[in-house]
Amino acid sequence: MKKKVIEFIDFSFKYRAQANPTLNNINLTIYEGEKILIVGPSGSGKSTISNAINGLIPFRYEGDISGSLKINGKETKDLSIFELSNMVGTVLQDPDGQFIGLTVGEDIAFKLENDCVEQGKMKEIVKEAAKVVDIDTRLDSSPHKLSGGQKQRVSLAGVMVGDANILLFDEPLASLDPATGKTAIELIDKINKTSNKTVVIVEHRLEDVLYCDLDRIVVVEDGRIIQDANPNELLCSNILHETGIREPLYITALKYAGCKINSELKPENIYSLNIDKCKNSLNEWFESTKEEKTEIEEEIILELKNIKFKYNNKKNTLDDVSFKIHKGELVSIVGKNGAGKSTISKLICGFYQPYSGEILFKGRNIAKDTIKERAEKIGMVMQNPNQMISKTMIFEEVALGLKVRGVPEEQIKDRVFETLKICGLYEMRNWPISALSYGQKKRVTIASILIINPEVIILDEPTAGQDFRHYTEIMEFICELNKKGVTIIMITHDMHLMLEYTNRAIVLSEGIKLMDDSAANVLTDEKIIKAANLKETSLYQLAINANLKNPREFVQRFIDYDRRIRKI
Amino acid sequence: MNEAMLEYLEIDSPIHKLTGATKLICLILWSLTSMLTYNTYILGFMVIFSIIIFKISKVKFKQISFVFYFILVFLLINNIAIFIFSPYQGVEIYKTRTDLFQIIGPYTLTMEGLFYHLNITIKYFSIIPIALLFMVATNPSEFAASLNKIGISYKIGYSVAIALRYIPDIQNEYRDISFAQQARGIDLSKKAKLVDRIKNSTSILMPLIFSSLARIETVSCAMELRAFGNNKKRTWYSAREFEKRDYRAILMLLVLFIISVAITLKNGNRFYNPFI
Repeated sequence: MKKKVIEFIDFSFKYRAQANPTLNNINLTIYEGEKILIVGPSGSGKSTISNAINGLIPFRYEGDISGSLKINGKETKDLSIFELSNMVGTVLQDPDGQFIGLTVGEDIAFKLENDCVEQGKMKEIVKEAAKVVDIDTRLDSSPHKLSGGQKQRVSLAGVMVGDANILLFDEPLASLDPATGKTAIELIDKINKTSNKTVVIVEHRLEDVLYCDLDRIVVVEDGRIIQDANPNELLCSNILHETGIREPLYITALKYAGCKINSELKPENIYSLNIDKCKNSLNEWFESTKEEKTEIEEEIILELKNIKFKYNNKKNTLDDVSFKIHKGELVSIVGKNGAGKSTISKLICGFYQPYSGEILFKGRNIAKDTIKERAEKIGMVMQNPNQMISKTMIFEEVALGLKVRGVPEEQIKDRVFETLKICGLYEMRNWPISALSYGQKKRVTIASILIINPEVIILDEPTAGQDFRHYTEIMEFICELNKKGVTIIMITHDMHLMLEYTNRAIVLSEGIKLMDDSAANVLTDEKIIKAANLKETSLYQLAINANLKNPREFVQRFIDYDRRIRKI
Repeated sequence: MNEAMLEYLEIDSPIHKLTGATKLICLILWSLTSMLTYNTYILGFMVIFSIIIFKISKVKFKQISFVFYFILVFLLINNIAIFIFSPYQGVEIYKTRTDLFQIIGPYTLTMEGLFYHLNITIKYFSIIPIALLFMVATNPSEFAASLNKIGISYKIGYSVAIALRYIPDIQNEYRDISFAQQARGIDLSKKAKLVDRIKNSTSILMPLIFSSLARIETVSCAMELRAFGNNKKRTWYSAREFEKRDYRAILMLLVLFIISVAITLKNGNRFYNPFI
């Protein structure tokens, strides 16, 4: 009999400020050395479960608890958050926000400092932990100077020094590019296997986590556990679809091809997948579908010519980047963290000036235009809506852009209402912004840009941190706008997003444009994938495993078919 | 990214090598000396000495320039205010009166008044560069450790350190938000009227406050989850032992302080009086 390390018995929790309980009668047992994934849509209560495990509930977020939660056999209510921190190490979602120390070493040592470990010994332990996550050469650098993946390693080392036997990861993939995410999952797997620590991961990017073996997947919806099964069992059921969690793309493809998913197929991983039985149906499906030709308008709306840019005296952030955007297109700009994606948008909007090269809007050089003048034509929606919203009411917020332009009140009202209708916010026009969800806030920020009537809208990570339902909601809205004639440029490292919604992708790496081609071609080109820290789509692997004639073509056909089915 | 102002930068200089505690003690001694005396010679010496220290530290003036000029504005306001409320402060202190010319009504510019204002000004100048240098040349965590060393609760020390550390982050955030707002047509450039600019800057303040609150929430969660505040004491990863140079620096400032006190006692008065 394995040791129980986490045991929820009829556990319910209600936040003090809320009328209804967030968790209802949770019964869940996790054994020593297991690796568990908790999935569920936003607001399902999965973060509440993780907060209960690490003690933020009830020690920081107060509320009413009933039932029992035992960690290592001890009732958590009777412990303190500090005692719990010795048993549960938590890696939070936002790697930047959780850095406390000024250097990598100091940050890793934080727990030890608080436990009054003597300095000499502390340095030893820190070095040891840093070695495990392979960051020991950077102990003296500032955590903010590291790449996304390295940052996460630092956070991980920071919880490992504490000797906790449970490691809790809150959306570990949220801010990582695809390749780095893959390495992170490998690292978590390695620690789980070598140290016998119990690992609990809360994440909605199921396919990426499935890349390494999991013992069980727990599905949470409306504060209840609706499934607690091993990956094979879960993927064979229909529960993912019902709860609005994205199933792995290769599973979707198999379903399209009419294959029945059962545990004999071993669907938990693209590499373990027993493809033989599906080969025929996949082949047939491949032959029966065709690629759709999308027509692109000839007119070029935005063009970058040989753009070079650098911050201060460092090396070039952008080196000789050129590309064209056609009117009415939906294009994504992809690449690893720090490849220069956001810089491009800042140059286009005029926040910074390139030191050589030209930016042309409809053939006219806009170098002399001010930020405000450019904004009339090119709108920019930042990743974090909280950085953009400056009013308390929805109407006021959306009207702001017109007000500062001196548009008469009458006209403002009409245009705001019209924009709110387009964005599906009309019913909420008199609401305060604080009452909105993250996705709705995002819409408000898009509405407040849309009202200025720009011809091009640049969106920085439009779906970051969204579950599948909100993701689909936001993207369908964006496609809707695109169909109305607005040219859309998306900056993203979400491969699904790029594959599913954009016709063309521009790939950047180290400030250089690597490729400018269809999304399907980008995600099947091994060289580009490697250079730009992308990840090859599992569809491609599926097609290769099934010995299809043209795997690349298969990916393209899948996307076209999928779009038709979902009518976007 | 652009270099942020008041950000701690790792530079290889004798000043940076001093431990945080040394720097803090030196700053306190320096401030006491400067506050205590109005002696023009001592203050003048301190201004020159502070410029030399600043040079030695290899810190670029650009890094503190904004705050420096900002304080200069206050200095100007301070001087004007003193003159308005007490135009003959200098005469009272130096016990002589040498009128230069009458400005308006009861306000007459005197030699003594001018000399008094000169002293106030160099007092400012003796202390500003050193205080700013302390901010940019002290590693915030070490600073926290040194506050703790001189007996202040580590919780207070740490909050100060974290506040210092977030200065550059908040500046980045401010810049991003201001870009976003400008793109919506809110003019913050010099083209807009000052009144409008002040009104418009509230549109940055709101999001800045909210995002800072969110930041505080995350970091305090992260700290609690790693047992911050568990014990009455804590140890410090970056604490350093005193070396010879630390004792030397403190000794030097102690001597300065004692000389200044000695001169004050000998003269029986904090002012150097050239008028008698």
